[in-house]
Amino acid sequence: MLLRTLTIAATMLATGATVSIAQDDPIAERQETMKTMGRSMRVLVPMARGQADYDAEAALAAFVQMNDAAQNYGDLFPEGSETGGDTRAKPEIWSDREGFDAAVAAFKDDLAMAVSADIGSLDAFRPVFGAVAQNCGDCHEDYQVPEN
Amino acid sequence: MRRLTVWMVLIATAGVAAFWLLSAPVRLAATDLAVFEAHEPDLANGENLFWAGGCASCHAAPDAEGDARSILSGGLALESPYGVFGVPGISPDPDTGIGGWSFYDFANAMKRGVAPDGRHYYPSFPYASYAKMPLTDLADLWAYLKTLPVPDSAAEIPQTQLSFPFNMRRGIGLWKRVYLDEGPVVADDALGDDPVLTRGRYLVEGPGHCGECHTPRNIGLAMDGSRWLAGAPNPEGEGRVPNITGHADGLAGWTADDIAYGLESGFTPAFDSMGGSMASVVKNLANAAAEDRAAIAAYLKAIPEIPDG
Repeated sequence: MLLRTLTIAATMLATGATVSIAQDDPIAERQETMKTMGRSMRVLVPMARGQADYDAEAALAAFVQMNDAAQNYGDLFPEGSETGGDTRAKPEIWSDREGFDAAVAAFKDDLAMAVSADIGSLDAFRPVFGAVAQNCGDCHEDYQVPEN
Repeated sequence: MRRLTVWMVLIATAGVAAFWLLSAPVRLAATDLAVFEAHEPDLANGENLFWAGGCASCHAAPDAEGDARSILSGGLALESPYGVFGVPGISPDPDTGIGGWSFYDFANAMKRGVAPDGRHYYPSFPYASYAKMPLTDLADLWAYLKTLPVPDSAAEIPQTQLSFPFNMRRGIGLWKRVYLDEGPVVADDALGDDPVLTRGRYLVEGPGHCGECHTPRNIGLAMDGSRWLAGAPNPEGEGRVPNITGHADGLAGWTADDIAYGLESGFTPAFDSMGGSMASVVKNLANAAAEDRAAIAAYLKAIPEIPDG
C-alpha cells in the first residue's frame, strides 16, 4: 500500500510539472498528455501480449500514471484550440462536445476502476487492461484525424 | 445539309443504343447456383467472414457498439468526394432488410453489384472486392446473416445525394465492364504458393476490402493495382489513409506480429491507437479468427513495397 501511495504521489508530481510547462498552450499540453498515455501503454501492452513478464507493480504504476494524466484531459480542448500545432483533433470535439465529454468520462471511469482493481495476476490484469484500452479506439474513431 | 442531319441523328441514336446495351446489368448465370445448392452452409465460416468483411462498419446503426453491431438496420451517411451515400439495412427483416431476397439476389449484389430490381449499386458498396469471393463463402455468409436479429424499429436511411455525373447510375454498367475483376491483384508467383499468404491475399483483396480505402484510385476511379495498398487520400475527409505495404512509408517498422496485434487491439507499435474508420475495422477484425489476422499480416509483409504517391 505504501508503494502504491508513493507511486501515485510521484506520478502526480511528474504530471503537475508537465502541466505547468505548457499551461498556455493547450495543443502542446494535450499532445504531451497523450505521450504520457503512450508511455504507459509501452509498459502495459507487451505484458498483455505476453511479450514481457507480468509485473503487477509496473502495471499499477502505469495505470496510475494514465489516471492522473486523464484527470484534466477534457479541459485541454478549449474554444480557440481547434487548429494549429499539428493537432489531429477533429472539429467534432467542439461540434459534439457532449459526446466528447462522455467519451472522456468513460475513459476516466475505467481508469478509476483500474487503479483500484485487483491486478495481482496476469489473468486478472488482462480484462482490466482490455476495458481501459478499448477507450483509445472508441475516442479516436470519432474525435481524432488519422495519422498521415 | 439534310443528309448530314440524318447521319447525325443516326450516329447519336447508335451511341445511345450502344451505351444502353453496354451499361446493362450483367447477372450471374442461373447455372452458377448449382454450387450453392450442393453446398452445406457452414455458419462458423459465415460468421468469421462477417467479421473479416466488416459488414457492421457500414450496415449497423451508426455508433452501434457491442452486440448491437450485429443489428444491421443501416442508416449511416457515408461521406465521399462524390457526395453522400445513404447505407441501407441488410437485416433479415423483409421490409427494412434483405429478408425477402433469394441467395441469387445476394450473390448478384456481392459479385456483380446488381440489385434485385436490376439497378446498379454504387461501388461505395465494395463489390469490386467482394467479387473475388467464391459462391461457397457467400453461401456461408448468407446463412449467417439470416441468423442475425431483426431491428426493433426501422432506421431512417439518409438520401443518397451525388453530384453530376456520379448521379447517373446507369453509367456504372460501363465502369463494371472495365474494372470488375474476380481475379487476384497480387499474382500467385509473388506469393510462392504459400497457403498462409494466399489466405491473407483472399481476406485483404476480397472480403476485407482493404484496398477500397488504402489503394489510390486511378483516372476511372477504380483501385489502382500498380499502387496497391500504398495509401490514399481519406475519402471521408481530412488526412490520408496510410500506406500498408512493407515500404518505409508504410509498415516497414512493423513486424507481422505487430500488424496482427494492431488488427486485434487497434494499437500501433508506437502505442498510438488507430483512429477514424480503422477503429471500427478493428472492432470487427477482433472477432475474426486469430490465424486470419496473422494471414493478413503475413500478406501485407509479402506484397510489393511501394512508396507514398
